[in-house]
Amino acid sequence: MEFIFYFLSSVLLFSALRVITSQNPVYSALFLVLSFFSAAGIWLLLQAEFLAIALVLVYVGAVMVLFLFVIMMLDINLNQMRKGFWDYLPAASFVAIIMLIEMILVLNKSYFESPNFFTPPTISNTDELGSVLYSDYILPFEIAAIILLVAIISAITLTLRHTKINKNMNPADQIKVKKNDRIKMINMKSETRLKKVKDKL
Amino acid sequence: MEDILFNYFPSAANIIWIILKIIAIVIPLMISVAYLTYFERKVIGYMQGRIGPNRVGYFGLLQPIADALKLMFKEIILPTKSNKFLFFLAPILTIAPAFAAWAVIPFDIGLVLADVNAGLLYILAMTSIAVYGVIIAGWASNSKYAFLGSLRSAAQIVSYEIAMGFSLVGVLMCANSLNLSQIVLGQSGGLSQWYIWPLFPLFIIYFISAVAETNRAPFDVAEGESEIVAGFHVEYSGMAFAVFFLAEYANMILVSMLAALMFLGGWLSPVEFIPDGAPWLFVKVGFLLFFFLWFRATFPRYRYDQIMRLGWKVFIPITLFWIVFIGIMMQTPYQGMFH
Repeated sequence: MEFIFYFLSSVLLFSALRVITSQNPVYSALFLVLSFFSAAGIWLLLQAEFLAIALVLVYVGAVMVLFLFVIMMLDINLNQMRKGFWDYLPAASFVAIIMLIEMILVLNKSYFESPNFFTPPTISNTDELGSVLYSDYILPFEIAAIILLVAIISAITLTLRHTKINKNMNPADQIKVKKNDRIKMINMKSETRLKKVKDKL
Repeated sequence: MEDILFNYFPSAANIIWIILKIIAIVIPLMISVAYLTYFERKVIGYMQGRIGPNRVGYFGLLQPIADALKLMFKEIILPTKSNKFLFFLAPILTIAPAFAAWAVIPFDIGLVLADVNAGLLYILAMTSIAVYGVIIAGWASNSKYAFLGSLRSAAQIVSYEIAMGFSLVGVLMCANSLNLSQIVLGQSGGLSQWYIWPLFPLFIIYFISAVAETNRAPFDVAEGESEIVAGFHVEYSGMAFAVFFLAEYANMILVSMLAALMFLGGWLSPVEFIPDGAPWLFVKVGFLLFFFLWFRATFPRYRYDQIMRLGWKVFIPITLFWIVFIGIMMQTPYQGMFH
């Protein structure tokens, strides 16, 4: 058990480090996937199988796919990206140190001591999590859902533009089309020129 | 034999026992994949008024083995400007989840490799990471066609996964469990108790989304031969190409297996007087697999924007409505219909 934990956490730390150090952004994204995967493994060791699988399902299966999708299409000049490293270093390290201090302050104190959620193996972890989310924490849960909904709607309104060159078609109209709307049958008299030529001969 | 092993070398014997069980699942799976390709060529052949393979062995029965041998001995060509590591990682990433998902599939009561409680979630997670193989294959090949194919496939799989996940939510509302064995046992009591009846729209949506998830016709725009040559695996040859093929067919069997377990009662017999058993499951899976082949022979390829429209604007609203409908019906006196 301990061996598995140390194995997973070393993979997690290594891949997290490679996320910020690798030159190729696609590699960074793939290492982030690997670190999510190892984190899910560690959660499994804590017997939080729902959270572990949800992490894989949501972050690895959906979010990172879209990330990769975008990153792969970017044409990034690596040399240009590396240029400003030393200029940004002071400001970046200042932010990093403040974040480190904040994390130490929070993690040292017992803010994280919530009621004991460790469930006996007879009760499914998924059941337990569901009943807690929908009873004790219903308000924060719903607020989080509404914030996500607002984010979705705003993202769509920011990107959706109705331009004149939009060739979108209405499928209902397409289905309604009848033969008479598209084809016009014309009854034409046959050409007479050929007959004249024949007469001359 | 088993007892002796467990008494003397508890942990080692345990590991060997698990490996034996894995082999007992994977080898029949590989053989079914091989003969599914044969079956597909025969079925589509007869549908198009041809005979299909009939030269190697009786009725062409050795054709899949001949194909496998041919692919094994072919050269694997590595494009010069490709990303070598990711190029070879991609087929592995495609086949690994396709096999890993089989760990929680029950074939009969107790006949399952890992009887975990969150089995359904595990399968959803495994099928959702299969898309990485396709994306990485397209990017690592350094080819425009492959890249276009992988982008199409990524967008398609992410979209249809949502509809698929929601239709499974309906199943677990009925079964009150995420454990696949429990879901099957919740349908015991004959044909009328199967979840296909209360969840009929979800079954249809699940099956169509499954066709889209496995990149099969009519949703095979990821490889669309007429537009982008062979899509994401255009640069692959020999065994590397065969691995992609293997994963596609293993995934087809997997999603048919899931549909049979969750909507068609799994190994349960449709009538009381015939005993239950694994053969029922295989008959149901074979029946569903036939649909995959039938679709391929019948439907023309979907246009890409229509695929997206179908997923987002038709399937997701229907599943959302049906989940709410089931939830409401469960509070009424008719709840017996929905278990």
